[in-house]
Amino acid sequence: MSGPGDVSSVLVASMLVGQYGQAELRRVKWDFQEENPLRDARGFEAARNREAAEEEGALVNLVLTNGARYYVDHAHPEFSTPETTNPRDCVLWDKAGESILAASITRALEIMPPGARVHVYKNNSDGKGNSYGTHENYLVDRAVPFAKLAASLLPFFVTRQVFCGAGKVGCEETGVEGVEYQLSQRADFIEAEVGLETTLKRPIVNTRDEPHADPEKFRRLHVILGDANMCDVATYLKVGTTALILLLIEDAVLDPDAFSLASPVEAIKEISRDTSLQTTVEAASGRRVTAVDLQWEYLDLVKGYLKSGRADEALEGAEWPQEVIAKWEYVLTRLEEDPSSLAGEIDWVTKLDLLDAYRESRDLAWDSPTLKLIDLQYHDVDPERGLFYKLRADGRTERLVSDDEIKRAMIEPPEDTRAYFRGTCLARYAQQLVAASWDALIFDIDGQTLKRVPMLDPLKGTAAHTKALLEAHRDPGGLVAALQG
Amino acid sequence: MGMSQSERQQKKRKAPPEKEGGSAASPEVQQKGRRLKEDMDRLLDEIDSVLEENAEEFIKNYVQKGGQ
Repeated sequence: MSGPGDVSSVLVASMLVGQYGQAELRRVKWDFQEENPLRDARGFEAARNREAAEEEGALVNLVLTNGARYYVDHAHPEFSTPETTNPRDCVLWDKAGESILAASITRALEIMPPGARVHVYKNNSDGKGNSYGTHENYLVDRAVPFAKLAASLLPFFVTRQVFCGAGKVGCEETGVEGVEYQLSQRADFIEAEVGLETTLKRPIVNTRDEPHADPEKFRRLHVILGDANMCDVATYLKVGTTALILLLIEDAVLDPDAFSLASPVEAIKEISRDTSLQTTVEAASGRRVTAVDLQWEYLDLVKGYLKSGRADEALEGAEWPQEVIAKWEYVLTRLEEDPSSLAGEIDWVTKLDLLDAYRESRDLAWDSPTLKLIDLQYHDVDPERGLFYKLRADGRTERLVSDDEIKRAMIEPPEDTRAYFRGTCLARYAQQLVAASWDALIFDIDGQTLKRVPMLDPLKGTAAHTKALLEAHRDPGGLVAALQG
Repeated sequence: MGMSQSERQQKKRKAPPEKEGGSAASPEVQQKGRRLKEDMDRLLDEIDSVLEENAEEFIKNYVQKGGQ
């Protein structure tokens, strides 16, 4: 994000979030009761790093009618999508987040001095060694031992960047020269395999363990490794393939040792820095594989697993797994045959295609600041300025969700998770809500006692569960009484 | 679609990634490629019209500290 030179980023971020929410939404606080960012999935709490706890105490915080959280984190605005059950919905509310940021800029500028400008970039580094993550969160069965989860995910996370890297001009790792362009924004900043840190010694697998749900049943896998994607297909594959791999891990059919890499931290950088995708990395078994090879192996395993029918009960006839598999196979085939044919679908290819065209036409060297600017502005969420949005307006990107759907998703929650209940209550009863969080709403009905409505199961509080109840009780007092009765 | 691992490896050996005259891409993909390139010049002009002025200065001033 960047704003008027003499105004701090924190202030601009606060104005963006503050101006977006109507007054009744602004007064609903975030409920921190269940949050503990220092709890570690490996079973201990970190005594150090007290400031990490305070980072959750956002200066300005909104819970939106679409079930999302929109707040100031450190010095930037942060948007968390509502909970979704499938990758396409995740794309939809992620795109709605971009539109919410863009709308916030318009509103914030109305109260700023004439000539003020605010830019918001959905990316992961400022090109000067400062990085900030895009966090994916997956609900995972608590029964899976964390060590096994981490070991199983490491090689997958190292190699999935071939389709979900957002692309970056240059390299931000001290002492590394000669990298013109790389697949991932984030690989330069990875220093460890597994850990709790998110701002220093960033790990491939983060161990933060706040499920925002019943901790006996669930853990939340908090992924800080991924890039912010602009392409619908890239976001779709990023979360879709990861969710499928998690299914196999939960069912204990993925042998963590079969894929393990000799040096994951080195491998993630080597793979990122070779756009020809021919770099091989050493597996623990001694064989050398490319990232695309390893992704084919994962895909074959997932296909076999789904064919076996073992997941049928858990998936309840959902169509997204087969759709993700088809897209995954298509993208891996194209990556092998002609990566540039994925322009408009995969961000690192789309950006590279644009940079190459610009570079050749304007006769620029790779170290030209204009190319760095194109890299940055690709991620601008303002549809008039953002270069991804320019490509989209020109019909050069594949769309999985329409403008009309995005407009609705800015206001309305997904219907098949607890985000439905949260968002609907925010839309109807914001005046009587004191606080909200992922897993609870706190009502003040009579001005005397606070009533806490817990939502510990992310798959309850759906439209199917609560629509009739919400229709029957237009007054919040009746609703809370019915819920507690 | 639906190749086994060994079929894929054979295929890769036959068609090295250096590409032989683009024979690997289907006509549909080639056509898509042409279409994307055709309007590129017009698009690049449009991009020039929205790019921030003074790239060097703009990039220098963009600093975003404090992120996870």
